[in-house]
Amino acid sequence: MPKRTDIESILLIGSGPIVIGQACEFDYSGTQAARALRDEGYRVILVNSNPATIMTDPMTADAVYLQELTPKSIKQIVETERPDAVLPTMGGQTALNLADQLQQEGYWEKEGIQIIGVDIDAVHTTEDRQAFRDLMESVGIDQARSRVAKSLLEAKEITQELAGGADGIRGFKPIVIRPSFTLGGAGGGIVWTEDEFDRKVTRGLELSPVHEVLIEECLFGWKEYELELLRDAKDNVVIICSIENLDPMGVHTGDSVTVAPQQTLTDPQYQRMRDAAIRAMRSIGTFAGGCNIQFAVNPADGRMIVIEINPRVSRSSALASKATGYPIAKVASRLAVGYTLDELPNEVTGTTSACFEPALDYVVTKIPRWNFDKFEGVDEELTTQMKAVGEVMAIGRTFTESIQKAFQSLEQGHAGLDGELPDRQVVRERLARPYWDRLLQIRHAFRLGASVAEVHDVTKIDPWFLHQVRDLVDLEAETRGQRLEDLGRDALLGLKQHGFSDVQIAELVESTEAEVRAHRLGLGLRPTYRVVDTCAGEFEAQTPYFYSTYDQGESESERSGAKKALILGSGPNRIGQGIEFDYSCVHGVLAAREMGYEAIMVNCNPETVSTDFDIADKLYFEPVFWERVADIIDLEDPDGIILQLGGQTALKLARDIVDHGLPIFGTPFENMDLAEDRGKFSEILKELEIPFPPYGIAHSVEEAVAVAEDIGYPILIRPSYVLGGQGMRIAINKDEVAEYVANILKLFPDNEILLDLFLENAVEIDCDCLSDGDEVWIAGVMQHIEPAGVHSGDSTAVLPPFSISDEADATIRRYVAALAQRLGVVGMMNCQLAVQTREGKETVYVIEANPRASRTVPFVAKATGVPVARIGTMLMLGGKLQSFREAGELESSLEGFAVKEPVFSWDKFPEVTKELGPEMKSTGEAIAFVDDITDEHISKPYEMRNLYLKR
Amino acid sequence: MPTPLPAKLALEDGTVVEGQSVGAAGETAGELCFNTSMSGYQEILTDPSYSGQVMLMTYPHIGNYGAFEEATEADRPHVAGLVVRQFSRDPSNSAMEETLAAYMERHGLVGISGVDTRKLVRHIREKGVMNCVISTEDLDDASLVAKAKAVPSMAGLELASRVTTGEPYDFAPSGERDGQPSRRVAVLDYGVKRNILRSFAHLGCAVRVFPAGTPFDDVMAWEPDGIFFSNGPGDPRAMPEAVELARQVIASGTPTFGICLGHQLMALAEGLEVYKMKVGHRGANHPVLNLTTGHVEISTQNHGFAVQEADLDGVAEVDHRNLNDQTVEGLKFLRFPGFSVQYHPEACPGPHDSRYLFDQFVALMDGQAPAPPAVPEPSADPVEASPDA
Repeated sequence: MPKRTDIESILLIGSGPIVIGQACEFDYSGTQAARALRDEGYRVILVNSNPATIMTDPMTADAVYLQELTPKSIKQIVETERPDAVLPTMGGQTALNLADQLQQEGYWEKEGIQIIGVDIDAVHTTEDRQAFRDLMESVGIDQARSRVAKSLLEAKEITQELAGGADGIRGFKPIVIRPSFTLGGAGGGIVWTEDEFDRKVTRGLELSPVHEVLIEECLFGWKEYELELLRDAKDNVVIICSIENLDPMGVHTGDSVTVAPQQTLTDPQYQRMRDAAIRAMRSIGTFAGGCNIQFAVNPADGRMIVIEINPRVSRSSALASKATGYPIAKVASRLAVGYTLDELPNEVTGTTSACFEPALDYVVTKIPRWNFDKFEGVDEELTTQMKAVGEVMAIGRTFTESIQKAFQSLEQGHAGLDGELPDRQVVRERLARPYWDRLLQIRHAFRLGASVAEVHDVTKIDPWFLHQVRDLVDLEAETRGQRLEDLGRDALLGLKQHGFSDVQIAELVESTEAEVRAHRLGLGLRPTYRVVDTCAGEFEAQTPYFYSTYDQGESESERSGAKKALILGSGPNRIGQGIEFDYSCVHGVLAAREMGYEAIMVNCNPETVSTDFDIADKLYFEPVFWERVADIIDLEDPDGIILQLGGQTALKLARDIVDHGLPIFGTPFENMDLAEDRGKFSEILKELEIPFPPYGIAHSVEEAVAVAEDIGYPILIRPSYVLGGQGMRIAINKDEVAEYVANILKLFPDNEILLDLFLENAVEIDCDCLSDGDEVWIAGVMQHIEPAGVHSGDSTAVLPPFSISDEADATIRRYVAALAQRLGVVGMMNCQLAVQTREGKETVYVIEANPRASRTVPFVAKATGVPVARIGTMLMLGGKLQSFREAGELESSLEGFAVKEPVFSWDKFPEVTKELGPEMKSTGEAIAFVDDITDEHISKPYEMRNLYLKR
Repeated sequence: MPTPLPAKLALEDGTVVEGQSVGAAGETAGELCFNTSMSGYQEILTDPSYSGQVMLMTYPHIGNYGAFEEATEADRPHVAGLVVRQFSRDPSNSAMEETLAAYMERHGLVGISGVDTRKLVRHIREKGVMNCVISTEDLDDASLVAKAKAVPSMAGLELASRVTTGEPYDFAPSGERDGQPSRRVAVLDYGVKRNILRSFAHLGCAVRVFPAGTPFDDVMAWEPDGIFFSNGPGDPRAMPEAVELARQVIASGTPTFGICLGHQLMALAEGLEVYKMKVGHRGANHPVLNLTTGHVEISTQNHGFAVQEADLDGVAEVDHRNLNDQTVEGLKFLRFPGFSVQYHPEACPGPHDSRYLFDQFVALMDGQAPAPPAVPEPSADPVEASPDA
């Protein structure tokens, strides 16, 4: 069937602010959906409260509503826009729940709006435990076995039965107990040993008001898989990607290291899973779209059971899209409007059909990125509750190549699967339970002589993966102690093909990264680049989506004759550096293309829009890691590199880039660095007669205490070169200074410690500006509601300021402009200031300046309607503010106030105290437009402001 | 771990690559072709249709779950050799009975690992399939290339006689189905895959397998209800005897079904043309549109020859078509009760989307017009042994 002509306009619901478990993958899917539907000629109306998204840009949809996601706001939009249909499957659980809520009210039907892309009534079946069981049973799909026990004796019988009957019992097998109707599942959990059986079951029976306990087969240690499916209106179903969780059942898939395609199932096992997935998807009502199904497989006998179904585009579908090159959200949107799979082309090849199952000839590894360091007292054990804030993906020709690249992508100080060998006892303890560093500990265990069988016994990770890690350890052992000059071509190539970075090799042969690189290039060893083509090379691909490998055959990426701009992405999402930077990167790419450059993107975050192969002229899905970036630069020889957009990730590489004499677009590096160098920066402030809080620099605890005693208290302590206020503390006496500094030095050895006098009773200000080198334009001045001391990323920011005088506002603008001029900014700069009122007199202080895109850039752009990131990039590439002014592009459309509200993921860390301070903790943000400051978006946080501060 | 022997792969166009030996040491030759299936390597290695071909697996890790009897489509490997990027020497799966390396050694199958397979795939894609030699004995490039050049071309090559059964045998004996005597399927074996036989048996058919050269009268003497022309290796145009047999079967009006080579033989018997493709289809992800229902089946494919699209007026209708390149994937014959498909409904390896074709053949033998289901259920594989497999 061709596309539907009975609908003309479609309401697309976004996923709202970023929280753990629902992140920027929905910006990617929403953006793809909006673009696909507009291409088909539909009018797209988009609603999302998250300003840091590409999907909410005017270019993405016909009408964008930056509003909160509530039934009320949806109804208002429907009043105005009268859409014919609503697509709720691109905005995660948030959008689906919202659509469902309105469905329950009968709202959609009343308004004559059709829900497309999902059978909303059938969704309930997937969420109701019993209904789901019944449905799966009706289509013949196995599930975890269970039965209700009303007594201890009955519980024993059931347990025996689950273990395979009295004869089959060979020792006690763990089981799961779930007391019926207890609050929050109280009394439930795994019974590991026979000893605790009586006690736990009896307690469960007591806790249950109806004295019932569900005895369920324990899936701990089972292998876990996911399939990503698409289904069309004719009931064609295809599996786009299989994903195997390296971490067995028990760890949330969002917290698991996952690998695509699946590695350890036989074809009969895989086909059985495929059959079951197709039956399951067809059983959940009538709809056309995407779906994710999770399975568990018992490694002992291959028995397979279904775990859950998500009838929508998900985090895994973003991963699957990047892993295969198959644009799931885009195709799912077209299916939702009536196309069938056989009518759509595979856009990657351009010549074949979209109705197929991608074949990979490489291995993809995803590793989650956690931010436990942000939450004091957090339980770091990985459970069925997701805790990761971001993820990286890496592609290699083999598993070992891809896993090492994934570690290089994480930006946690790893140059691969590496690290110093800890004490045997530490390894033993860390391995006993699933922690975030499990793979690193497994490497340690092998280095300490553990066998694959031993590690498997403890971790239950499939031996196939463990053997791969052990192969790496063996290779390390062969190499360690050799001299670099003795490493011949074959040996070095072997290491590189297993993903070892030059840094890792340098460590093994006691050399330096630069020497290893020189030796390697001397031997003619460079990576080649291969296309992610959906078809394992069977057909020619048209998409410029590449990954590197050390297979030496041939490179499929060729340098073009065009002038080129290389844009470094921001890597994995983490607190303090998230989607906001990807937003800027995407605009940077588009702006560079508009300026006639071939835009080349380097990034490793599968959740992002920037890694959509449709965005840049060329996409390298690679670690934003010096060696990998340097190799790309060698190949592409770009006219310049854009460092200002990718946050600290890109900036960290600036020194290397400059040292190698490579050209940078925009602000010269020396000046970017100037702002990081506290001493030089203060000199400049002095020279410009701009006040700043007294400060000092220390490299040790003793030094820090001396500086603090000199400056006075309270004093703000933080490491330099760190984003998101990591490790930042406010101390009120010298004991606290000593304690905090010691902690920081443990976390960031060799880092400088900055100490600033904390300005009490001050109002904090954020200011973003653009400069073309000749003139400076202030994009936005924001006032924080929370007092100084709460990290700016956690503050409610109001644009424009609401309680400072016009003089202070003018002073802020004057200072920022002067600074940008003095720093020779070409492109973007963000400045943090404070306005302190003493005896009725306001003083404006500059706290810090960062000559690059900031977290607030998308907010300012959305609030004012000025495409700040786009213009900023164009300035880096030689554009002038004057021309934008003349074109009317610098005029703000803001009436009233725009409020940026931080959003937290506290519910994921119940053990952590919910308090704000100088270290950023929020994961996302929302925007609200209000007429005046009495609006509750401003008044409420204002009331709270004093509660935030402990002191 | 002992260091594997060095090995070399040479193509007839002069390309030579180095790698390490996997499986048996020795030398082998054949037409180099590639398969994009990401699992099911053992099913592929044992598929008799690959006789005479050196198989390059595009998925880089091969051997991950070892080898086991139930994954075999014949009692020995039939490919001439194996080319992989990264061979798994430490496999893991509860279904495993031995490592793939041990299986290959046991059957004398020569392979090479550590090869940049993607480069070779792109090479073949550009230049077309070509012959090759793998050796652990002769590592001289010029000599290997000369050997590769000496390998006879697949075009015009009859290979079925090498893989067909020597004697007729009963795969599934006659019995009862729903109180009726079971349908008798005579299978003409040009290299039949086990799962085709299992599929008929699973539907309660009595299955007798006949050698490729069996005369028409001998086949009919068994009084079959239907005749099946199997898959197999080689060029069907070099099999006049088989084509003649197909003509006789057609003339007899007996319900007939053909898969892959069998499909081509039936087409030739009805006067259609067959041609050698540049690269061929080998994988488990090819979309086939069923033109009768409008439904798409994801299919397993393995063919280097195809039926030429031509004026089929009155002879046959194309009822299945490949969505990637529009080639003919299935024919419904009009002058006799029969149909045939180019792809592999028996899967093994690959998706189970097209199993309905076996039901359809039973219906045809029952005298009903074959009607495909609107939405075919991917039904489980008749192997149905332990879930271990």
